[in-house]
Amino acid sequence: MSYGAINQHISKQFDDELENVRGKVLAMGGLVEQQLNNALKSLIDGDMELATSVIETEVQVNTYEVTIDQECTKILARRQPAASDLRLVMAITKTITDLERVGDEAEKIAKMGLELTDKQGPKSYYISINAMGNLVSRMLHDALDAFARMDSKNAVEVAGKEPESDDQYSAILRQLITYMMEDTRNISGALDAIWTVRALERIGDHARNICENVIYLVEGKDVRHISLQQMEDIVSDND
Amino acid sequence: MQQNNLDEIETYHGEEAVTESSVTTPTHAIDLGSIVKSGVEANIADENVCIEVSNFNLFYGEKQALKDISMKIPEKKVTAFIGPSGCGKSTLLRCFNRMNDLIDSVTIEGNIKLEGQNIYDKNVNVADLRRRVGMVFQKPNPFPKSIYENVAYGLRIQGIKDRRTIDTVVEKSLRGAALWDEVKDRLDDLAMGLSGGQQQRLVIARAIAIEPEVILLDEPASALDPISTLKIEELIYELKDKFTIVIVTHNMQQAARVSDYTAYMYLGEMIEFNDTSTLFTNPNEKMTEDYITGRYG
Repeated sequence: MSYGAINQHISKQFDDELENVRGKVLAMGGLVEQQLNNALKSLIDGDMELATSVIETEVQVNTYEVTIDQECTKILARRQPAASDLRLVMAITKTITDLERVGDEAEKIAKMGLELTDKQGPKSYYISINAMGNLVSRMLHDALDAFARMDSKNAVEVAGKEPESDDQYSAILRQLITYMMEDTRNISGALDAIWTVRALERIGDHARNICENVIYLVEGKDVRHISLQQMEDIVSDND
Repeated sequence: MQQNNLDEIETYHGEEAVTESSVTTPTHAIDLGSIVKSGVEANIADENVCIEVSNFNLFYGEKQALKDISMKIPEKKVTAFIGPSGCGKSTLLRCFNRMNDLIDSVTIEGNIKLEGQNIYDKNVNVADLRRRVGMVFQKPNPFPKSIYENVAYGLRIQGIKDRRTIDTVVEKSLRGAALWDEVKDRLDDLAMGLSGGQQQRLVIARAIAIEPEVILLDEPASALDPISTLKIEELIYELKDKFTIVIVTHNMQQAARVSDYTAYMYLGEMIEFNDTSTLFTNPNEKMTEDYITGRYG
């Protein structure tokens, strides 16, 4: 069953409530996306001011999470949503948990940025981190886009990029190990860099989770813990 | 909602299909045929079938109130019928113990089998059928007799006279209807003195006293307060161990709470008959979705 438009309930007030909470999720998503991009930029450019602002944004993200959760609880209690409305509320509560964690990871990256600017050692692996960062940021952006459009096909596509971010993670790890073996003085900086790519890899996972939530919302099928192929089959079957 | 009020009046008069269908704008009705064929059947492969409805049509005079209904109602489960006013859910429910025989203008086609036997066969004894298929209405309708006599009534008309047998059955039925503790010290009081919720449970006790196979409930809780409603729902849950239960309700949450299977009807057609949790989380039909999420109309 495909997802029905939010704004067609007999109760216009219910329309408004759902639209309002959905809008907040998208605003929270936008904020987190910005946080990630700024975190990456602060790391690459060594921009300490930007890194500090990323860390400060975390408070706002947390407030969004709490507010949206409260509103979802209120909708469940007052409206007893069913079918696609119920799935929307469930998908939202899960998605904001993922978004909040993306925010946490972005904060970690910004903190690493602050650490790494002071440290010696080669920064050539920054190019790889930047590339991976761009991939993951793209994934997050597209996952949120799929959520906004309730587009399960796009969601599958975005989820399909997650292995790519895993591959990049392994490649950068190997690169960093080489640096550490070349010169033990690189170890400290490389370790920080590892935490950074690890954070990026986690963000890729969260983006995939968001896509799974979108597919659940649109198709009514739980697609967690199954292969990408199965996920594609489910979405194309439901056409 | 206005719909609810309309229906209450109407169910009370017991003529819902005739009056209401003409009022409802048939916006969804355009390509019903193609939609209906796709996702109607609930997966009840693992269940024993109690009532089987096959290609059943019902007319009030010229007006068709039920259109080609086919479904299997599983034994010892709760099956709920939901749908807007005039969709034929009460009409269908009343077919299960031939209550529609009482209305002259009614004609039917197709058949309904109870435990394999067509209840519309000529040689079926209707009184016997109604003993096997009990019914509880929206408004509690106790007899103007004592609590005890209300429950004992069915046994007495069956010719059972033994006081001890009757005592046992009355207590068992009142316990079964979760009413015993509240009335055991005043069994000889008039039933009319009970509260609405208690009266409704008394009526259910009266229905189960004659040990039917099926209990039909037509909006059993819509005239009750929320606590009495919950008691009735709890009772329904307990009763399904012994009886097959079919319930018509306007309260979708109630259908979601008490039933194992739910059928959504619209303008006399069975749109979707599905496992209750599937129907309320991920229905197969767009029309069901629109109705249960409040987008209907």
